[in-house]
Amino acid sequence: MSGFSFDAVAAILFIPAGAAAILAAFPNYRMTAIVNMIASLLTLLAALSLFVTDRPAPGQYLIVDDLNIVFIVLNTFVGFTTSVFSASYIAHELETGRLTAPNLRFYHAMYQIMMFGMNLAFVSNNIGLMWVAVELATLTTVLMVGIYRTHEALEAAWKYFILGSVGIALALFGTILVYMAAQPVVGEGTNAMVWSVLIEKAAHFDPALLSVAFIFLLLGYGTKVGLAPLHAWLPDAHAEGPTPISAVLSGLLLNVALYAVLRFKLLLAASPQAIGPGPLMVTMGLTSLIFAAFMLYRRRDIKRLFAYSSIEHMGIIVFAFGMGGPLANFAGLLHMVMHSLTKSAIFFAVGHIAQVKGTQRISEIRGLTESHPGLGWALVIGVVAIAGLPPLGIFMSEFLVVSSTFARHPWLAIPLVLGLLIAFGALLLRLTGLAFGEPRGGMAPVEASYVPMYSHLALVFAAGIYLPGPLVAWFQHVAGILG
Amino acid sequence: MSGITFDIAHLLAGSLVLISFMMLYQDRLFALINVFALHAVVLALSVAWQAYIQDAHHLYITAAIALVFKAIVIPVGLHRIIQRLGIHRDIETAVGIGPTMLAGIGLVTLSMVLMLRVTPEADPLAREDLAFALSIILLGLLVMVTRRNAVSQVVGFMSLENGLVLAATGAKGMPLVVEISVAFSILIAFIVIGVFLFRIRERFDTVDVGALDDYRGERR
Repeated sequence: MSGFSFDAVAAILFIPAGAAAILAAFPNYRMTAIVNMIASLLTLLAALSLFVTDRPAPGQYLIVDDLNIVFIVLNTFVGFTTSVFSASYIAHELETGRLTAPNLRFYHAMYQIMMFGMNLAFVSNNIGLMWVAVELATLTTVLMVGIYRTHEALEAAWKYFILGSVGIALALFGTILVYMAAQPVVGEGTNAMVWSVLIEKAAHFDPALLSVAFIFLLLGYGTKVGLAPLHAWLPDAHAEGPTPISAVLSGLLLNVALYAVLRFKLLLAASPQAIGPGPLMVTMGLTSLIFAAFMLYRRRDIKRLFAYSSIEHMGIIVFAFGMGGPLANFAGLLHMVMHSLTKSAIFFAVGHIAQVKGTQRISEIRGLTESHPGLGWALVIGVVAIAGLPPLGIFMSEFLVVSSTFARHPWLAIPLVLGLLIAFGALLLRLTGLAFGEPRGGMAPVEASYVPMYSHLALVFAAGIYLPGPLVAWFQHVAGILG
Repeated sequence: MSGITFDIAHLLAGSLVLISFMMLYQDRLFALINVFALHAVVLALSVAWQAYIQDAHHLYITAAIALVFKAIVIPVGLHRIIQRLGIHRDIETAVGIGPTMLAGIGLVTLSMVLMLRVTPEADPLAREDLAFALSIILLGLLVMVTRRNAVSQVVGFMSLENGLVLAATGAKGMPLVVEISVAFSILIAFIVIGVFLFRIRERFDTVDVGALDDYRGERR
């Protein structure tokens, strides 16, 4: 049985890698869009099979455990729905001439390489390999952010590149320090970089060195999570790239970096004398939340608005994981899943909206529910969800975060609730302008598939009404692992 | 470890920090790139020396990459780019040289105090390498934030990366060092090509990052 289940891991990695090679070879864009979808679907199926097959024993490079399965399934699911959205989005971009056929060939190949990089980061058991995978995923997204080759797109890509590289460099220094801390205990060689070995022996590591390492790792990978004050790349990269990429950036790539932070947090938690990772993460999370909440008011560009909302939500998630404990971890995990689904659905809607209206300026988009009811109401549901109103899924996870904070550190709940309310006000204020009133801007009908958008929203809605028992049990188990 | 091997390793790592300081006060692009080439040569020597004393032959590959790619290919390429772009004028430093040097001294002190304090039990050579490496990384960051020109920011990033390679080779027996240095070389090649493409497609009239800020979406 173990041989078969190893195949599932291999499939998660080799399907995207192989698909990238195929996509790079074929010029026909209609076919490549379909191949892209099929490859993403197969990867999703391979990821789902991880639930039922036996897991391989952790090797020197790869690992599958209860923690990363959640991330992998979420990643491949949103990867698949985004590829469906991308097919209709891209067809429109080709018609309007913003992208050309060679661009698309490159785009689809990069999409699969990005999926490969993210999946590799999730299954890697080696902190060096994880670093390389995160770098690969970053590089491919940089290239895609700059794909329109306009002033703004190139500037956004350059900024993302430089800030991302600095973040990645700091993370590598942190990784080297972890190795230095592990080397006297575990011995030289590959074993001192294998996460499952490190976690067993972390109690014997030099606590001071491990603490310094974590600070570098938090700053480094935190840049990629988009935590304030290291977030500067994020709004530009979201606003100027193609919208499918905004969706995967917000929905997936931020999670990859978050996952790396969580792995190292576990390592630190296993060493009793090292500094607690919690207060650092709580501080960065709260700062991001409040900063982004205020920044939401000044946005004029619709994609930037939701990019800042991503910073806000990553802040909440990092805050929840920083609090720790079964309830807060459960809430953080649930919030992460809900945010990925909702935010990518919002970006799907925003992508089509920007295409029919021909602009991303909030002031030029009005009355969407009248002119394009399908898109308008999807946006309304999405924003209501992301603002944290019941009965949608994010209400539940935010409620859990707030209540666990009240139970343990009531003082921290004040800035948390304040940040949530400020962001809530900003989002609803913008939403009324966008969705209601006299329609303005392009009135052309949308030729788009609503399936990806509404399937995400349906999941978020369902999660808000009722979470199935096995899912709750699974999340509780993972929350327990996270300590 | 005998005295002389330690001293040579120490000398090479210390020279890297000094050369990083030299970068701080270069106000011409050509000079900055020449200093960077020197930085890469010393890094190659340092890595080769580590390979020799640790008896780790794979590190010779990293040394060769540093020598061929970073000390020769990249500087020559950057020289060409600068000539093609016609920007071999002065660098507009965003902060004056005096404050920059003072900040640099402060950063080196910080990294010494931090790294030497947290690694009392580590191997003395690795320990000092780590402290020097952190100094080089911080000085590289300082170069990046005090320059507004895209090419000099790239040079700052590359010197930062040299610090990382120094740290990785100093950590005895660390796996994946060669792979990581290859990955970084690819990253840098992308950056350099990016700078070149920016101009070749004539999307920007300048590689001054300050001018790029004007295209920020928020000002529309």
